[in-house]
Amino acid sequence: MDLLHYLILSMLLFMVGAVGFIVKKNIISMFLCVELMLNAVNLSFIAFSSFLNQVDGQIIVFFVMVVAAVEAAVGLAITIALYRNRNTLSADDADTMKW
Amino acid sequence: METVLFYLFATVALASAVMVVVNRKVFYSAISLIICLCSVAVLYLILESPFIAAIQIIVYAGAIMVVFLFVIMLLDPFSSAIIRDKKKFLGYIGVLLGILTITFLYPVLKSYDIAQTPKNPLFLDHEVGSIQQLGESLFNEYLLPFEMTSVLILIAIIGVVVLAKRQVSK
Repeated sequence: MDLLHYLILSMLLFMVGAVGFIVKKNIISMFLCVELMLNAVNLSFIAFSSFLNQVDGQIIVFFVMVVAAVEAAVGLAITIALYRNRNTLSADDADTMKW
Repeated sequence: METVLFYLFATVALASAVMVVVNRKVFYSAISLIICLCSVAVLYLILESPFIAAIQIIVYAGAIMVVFLFVIMLLDPFSSAIIRDKKKFLGYIGVLLGILTITFLYPVLKSYDIAQTPKNPLFLDHEVGSIQQLGESLFNEYLLPFEMTSVLILIAIIGVVVLAKRQVSK
């Protein structure tokens, strides 16, 4: 197994997440796609860390996971607030700021 | 053995990632994402990073996804909030853009040569993957970012409490 295989897998996972983020209308589904993209980037970090014999990649993945946890918590709180005030989960309905 | 494991779990990861996008019900999407995270954790084990694989399963698939499932069940997406795609063409454009990006990105990845990448001299003579080495560099070279994450999490906690607090009726 060389590095290219892992990079291609990471690229495919990332593109699936990115396309899902564009296509999906539901806010929670969009969050799940963001998690998918973060996960794909983590995979390429770990692959580089392993093939270069450097520990930096694993530490950066550690920080990415912290940020993902924070992002999930805040994002879901916003989703709950939106659902409570507007009774919707569609990203298209949250358009107050749209001119 | 390693090759077989890689292809097996890469296939599982890709298939469940596609299921995340394809599924109409958010709950099934979240379950597919948990499967994807677990199979990527196996790939971390193949890449000799047992600590990251462990926290991937415990923290990511265990804690973060449970929060997601909690909110999904709280908001009841099975009934009211499933949105029918009014603009169907947007999906096809998205898939097209994805395939286009992959075709452009593939030669770039193919031309990458790992031997030309300079290495960080701090970690030259260490063996990668040992948890001791990870902890030592986390608390020496990366001490300031590590402490910053605690501030970040504190800000997030305060923000979530403010956001989720029920508004007092006027």
